[in-house]
Amino acid sequence: MLTIENLHAQVEGKQILKGIDLDVKAGEVHAIMGPNGSGKSTLSSVIAGHQDYKVNQGTMLLEGEDLADLAPEERAHKGIFLSFQYPVEIPGVSVTNFIKTAINATRKAKGLEDMPANVMLKKIREKSALLEIDSRFLSRSLNEGFSGGEKKRNEIFQLAMLEPKLSILDETDSGLDIDALKIVANGVNKLRSKDNAMIVITHYQRLLEYIVPDFVHVLFDGKIVKSGTKDLAVELEEKGYDWIKEMV
Amino acid sequence: MEFKEKLLASHLAFEEGIDLSDPVHQTRLDSLKVFEKKGFPTRKDEAWKYTSLNAMMREDYALFPKAETTIQLKKVKKYFLYEIDTYKVVFIDGVYSPFLSDTTHDGLDVCLISAALSKAKYRDLIHTYFNKTTNKEDSLTALNTSYTQEGAYVYIPKSVVAEKPIEIIHFSTGKEKALWLQPRNLIVVDQNAQVQILERHQSLKEHNVVTNSVTEIYAHQDAFVDYYKIQNDLSTASLIDNTYISQEKNSNVSVHTFSLGGKLIRNNLNFYLKGEHCHSTLKGVTLLEDQQHVDHYTLVDHISPNCESHQDYKGVFSEGSKGVFNGKIHVDQLAQKTNAFQQNNNILLDDKATVNTKPQLEIFADDVKCSHGCTVGQMDDDALFYLMSRGIPKKEARALMTYAFANNVLESVELPVLKKRINKLIAKKLGVNLGFDL
Repeated sequence: MLTIENLHAQVEGKQILKGIDLDVKAGEVHAIMGPNGSGKSTLSSVIAGHQDYKVNQGTMLLEGEDLADLAPEERAHKGIFLSFQYPVEIPGVSVTNFIKTAINATRKAKGLEDMPANVMLKKIREKSALLEIDSRFLSRSLNEGFSGGEKKRNEIFQLAMLEPKLSILDETDSGLDIDALKIVANGVNKLRSKDNAMIVITHYQRLLEYIVPDFVHVLFDGKIVKSGTKDLAVELEEKGYDWIKEMV
Repeated sequence: MEFKEKLLASHLAFEEGIDLSDPVHQTRLDSLKVFEKKGFPTRKDEAWKYTSLNAMMREDYALFPKAETTIQLKKVKKYFLYEIDTYKVVFIDGVYSPFLSDTTHDGLDVCLISAALSKAKYRDLIHTYFNKTTNKEDSLTALNTSYTQEGAYVYIPKSVVAEKPIEIIHFSTGKEKALWLQPRNLIVVDQNAQVQILERHQSLKEHNVVTNSVTEIYAHQDAFVDYYKIQNDLSTASLIDNTYISQEKNSNVSVHTFSLGGKLIRNNLNFYLKGEHCHSTLKGVTLLEDQQHVDHYTLVDHISPNCESHQDYKGVFSEGSKGVFNGKIHVDQLAQKTNAFQQNNNILLDDKATVNTKPQLEIFADDVKCSHGCTVGQMDDDALFYLMSRGIPKKEARALMTYAFANNVLESVELPVLKKRINKLIAKKLGVNLGFDL
């Protein structure tokens, strides 16, 4: 589904990614772990197409199509979704209206009519139930005054609504208490299928107890320095990141 | 002949068309002297540092509107907020249009200042209120006063709640290539009375029209006034709006100004808080492009103790547009326990747009809470990225961000129909259809 080869990227002239190779197939969940500053969030921003990040070497292909010249919204239309570590507050625009706008923008890009209101409503009900979101929440302004947990739950709600092919969860566990984490992870697990793929970016192994990855990669200084299965995450939890640093 | 000279010389001709024995004629003459002495403001005046009237002064404006012009209702319907069920005072090229208007004397007065000036029964009211709250040294106000002839007159008696909003609308038709209009409005809201008013100036085709308007509003004890100015005129129309508001004890007055279109707009908005426990709100959204220029010049004069004022102006500027904000808060020595807040936030969408913003706080009391904040910035790239990563194209993402930015002002619009209308105007201006009403 997503094939990344020798990806180099910089921001404000500073080289952050220094040659990433990653192959994510449909149905797989890949976890990317690593210490602070290793380039985890940069990788997610680069895949989603943030304009401040410049790819200066390497390629990213989604189902064989080069992402290089696609704007962020075009990547979204192709099926890439990024769950943000720090979602943005949009006062005056409700969660419902925002998700309607997003869905219909994607449909428009594909030459489809707006989703009929009753279909939209049914889908909103179904997906909000999945994440234990009540209807009052949906009429609140997007992310405004949301707790950390509400923000993350809202991100996964958007993921559920947009049904992307490739989802990137960037530090989705940060700021979540254990109950919120379980709800979010449970929602994510229900959305896993053989047709979609996920990249879970996290600092800690905690999230991976609930969203069990097929592969774990360790990112350090802009490169993937070690790959393995879920056992690698457990090992990292026990030993910390220092042994990785020493190994490099 | 310079335009100032023309205005002075034409006053004799103006006098031929009015009743010289009406109660305000001496005030007209006194004001003309002030204007003669002061002339038009120039950029040397501190208050006009960022707004020049030079280009405006180069035209030769017609001063006297010709006889009444009729317009078909269907052509202007879209400019009314409600087709029925409002009071309307409509002027066409400065002349009252009885056909488009819907005035009343039933329990409250919504009519013309020309009627109030000519009838004996209004004489006391005119003596009490006319030109009593204005700044006598302001040359543009004085110019308007010296040519006082027509405008809206509203009187809401004690404890009356005006059931329907009042729309004051000025159309200009373009019959004159260049036209100078000077409407004069007087609004008196008596004790415990309530009213909502909308004011709009609209050219029906491109022509050079300048409106130098003066509105006096008196809010008596416990009165409630909710006033909206919709400035979405063509790019050939300019407006100098001079509004003076006098508030008595426990009154609540709010003015929302939506500046979405026009060539040059100057809003001189003055609040005088004369009684205790007044509440004043001044809010605005300015959304400009091309060569448009909007200057908000506000004064909140806290004369009495225990009053509260809130100012919140948001501006979004692109291309060669210019925004100016000057917000003065004056707190008198006696005005203890004042709460006065001011916010002016601006977004520049490109490097050709400019904003000058200046808070001016003059505080002479020692037990007050006053704050001000000005920001000039760009649209937040990370926020745009967030929206775009959800599949929303850049233009729509910017529009959503603009709404979010202006939301504090929009959410306090008390008329749902108006709020919807303004959202639509903003969406149209941003060239987007978001598919839902915000």
